[in-house]
Amino acid sequence: MSFMKNIVAGAAAAALSLGMAVAAQADDISGAGSSFIYPVFAKWGEAYKTATGIGLNYQSIGSGGGIKQVEAKTVTFGASDKPLSDDELAAQGLVQFPMISGGIVPMYNIDGIEPGQLVLDGTTVADIYLGKITMWNDPAIAALNPDLTLPAQPIVVVHRSDGSGTTFNFTDYLSKISAEWKDQIGSDTAVEWPVGLGAKGSEGVANTVKQTAGAIGYNEYAYVIQNNLGYAKMVNAAGKVVEPSLDTFASAAANADWTGVKNFHVIITNQPGDNSWPIAASTWVMIHSNPDDPAAASAALTFFKWAYENGQQEAKDLQYVAIPDNVVALIEKSWDAIQHDGKPVLSMN
Amino acid sequence: MEPDQTSRTNRLLMQDRAFVSLTWLSATTVVLVLAGVMLSLLWDSIPALSTFGPSFLWTERWSPAKEIFGAAAPIFGTLVTSIIAMIIGVPLSFGIAVFLTEICPMPLRRPIGIAIELLAGIPSIIYGLWGFFVLAPVMQHTVQPFLIETFGQVPGIGLLFSGAPYGIGMLTASLVLAIMILPFVTSVTRDVFETVPVMLRESAYGMGMTTWEVVRYIMIPYTRLGLVGGIMLGLGRALGETMAVTFVIGNSHRIATSLLAPATTISASIANEFSEATSGLYTSSLIALGLILFVISFSVLAMAKWLLGRVETF
Repeated sequence: MSFMKNIVAGAAAAALSLGMAVAAQADDISGAGSSFIYPVFAKWGEAYKTATGIGLNYQSIGSGGGIKQVEAKTVTFGASDKPLSDDELAAQGLVQFPMISGGIVPMYNIDGIEPGQLVLDGTTVADIYLGKITMWNDPAIAALNPDLTLPAQPIVVVHRSDGSGTTFNFTDYLSKISAEWKDQIGSDTAVEWPVGLGAKGSEGVANTVKQTAGAIGYNEYAYVIQNNLGYAKMVNAAGKVVEPSLDTFASAAANADWTGVKNFHVIITNQPGDNSWPIAASTWVMIHSNPDDPAAASAALTFFKWAYENGQQEAKDLQYVAIPDNVVALIEKSWDAIQHDGKPVLSMN
Repeated sequence: MEPDQTSRTNRLLMQDRAFVSLTWLSATTVVLVLAGVMLSLLWDSIPALSTFGPSFLWTERWSPAKEIFGAAAPIFGTLVTSIIAMIIGVPLSFGIAVFLTEICPMPLRRPIGIAIELLAGIPSIIYGLWGFFVLAPVMQHTVQPFLIETFGQVPGIGLLFSGAPYGIGMLTASLVLAIMILPFVTSVTRDVFETVPVMLRESAYGMGMTTWEVVRYIMIPYTRLGLVGGIMLGLGRALGETMAVTFVIGNSHRIATSLLAPATTISASIANEFSEATSGLYTSSLIALGLILFVISFSVLAMAKWLLGRVETF
């Protein structure tokens, strides 16, 4: 009998704690999408929880997944490294705005060549990824690196196997540089790679490059640093050799003209400027302009407002570039379009 | 009869009837779930199948950017990795099974048997991690350079071993799969070997047959269909394996002649691309891949069951 009692008591306790978990979650801000921005959201979420008691539940499932989830309204906001077009936004009733910028960096695993020693340019990277350059001692690479002794080793090309905003920005850059790339491959979150190994996720690419002698890959800068991998310097649009760093990413982002376009649709690859990193990228947040749950949308916007104001240092520590203040002012003004019963949801608090 | 007893009988009858209907319900659920999966796969793959038609099956191109999808590369990768895995895994499994039933000293039989069963219990993601972190570097630095320098120079079969040593690719995936199917094929093989009547075996030995001859002329002919069934079960497992393969196949939608080249399989493609498949046609093409895998595995398993069934009625 007491056995039965225990079971009943246990079940009741479980039901109770389950109910509480659900209740606690209802207060959290829910989002999903880009893995590029995930390290920043993780940091911000923690700090915001400490400051306000409201948590952030962000699933780093990839940009495409984030867009799908916000369209299905299973989350309050989605995040993507590829902006939606004006038509797509209008069709889904979404608004988008940039949250952060950062850099994508070619990385390599060549015996005897230290991180930051190798110099590449856009044409060379495109030819490597097209399968036209197959050996590390190819004259094109040697010409860019007169001081290095490059091994006669086959190049193992590594790319993302899943759809990815990082791939979108990387292939967008290659399309701007190489007409052949643009014609044959184009730019998207997943493309028809002519050569190479596919690896799943940013971590997968980092690990595969680390594991494979002679490998080249591309990744978000944070993953390159964390894995202590070889990273390349790049020749930028101004013809200068630049090192990946917060400064060069910021220079690329500063050149972007966010104010002149609709829906903040600016891709910041191959930007002008002597000090600009050529493969810079941004992450956008997508949210419904007529939310079913105005309170949740309002809470999310309050969090983004807080992040623009208070989160810059944390983003910087992780090597991301904050959105400039004048653009933030524009973004916050654009939030007036997110309404419920004809009133902006943010003003309801 | 006491009225009390009648009500008791009635209650028991009711209980039994309820129990019987519950088991009916459980059994029907299985069939319904199977039919439901089949129908939803069919339904959701209609957009892809109607856009590309039957040429979906033999188109190699897979371009999410241009929305052109073909299943040839994943089907090729699935079949080739599974077949090579069988070529490596089946003889090994036979060897283990023969050793366990014919040669192994009694005290060793249980430990080896348990070790094989534990091999079956290792989650597939562990095989993937092991393949990626341990096997792939060995393949890249030792095995593949050796294959390229020796077999790679032979005209004809040299095509199978050409190209750069990537470490991961079809051959590495096949090796991992071979290890994964070992326990399945071994345990079925051992079980069917044990169905050979002791009298038959003992008489053969009594006639002066060697162990090899007993296996070759008594055991294998007697259990032929069961063995094929076991192989089919292993094949079914190899065809559908996802995680371990995704780690070591190289995820590339191309058909290459070289076994060292990266490739992809049906399940690896689905696992890699599903969450990011943004357009309806993309999702539908992945589901159509799933349908193809379903049909392939279903036929393999059905054949295995049929062969195993025939061995029992022998």
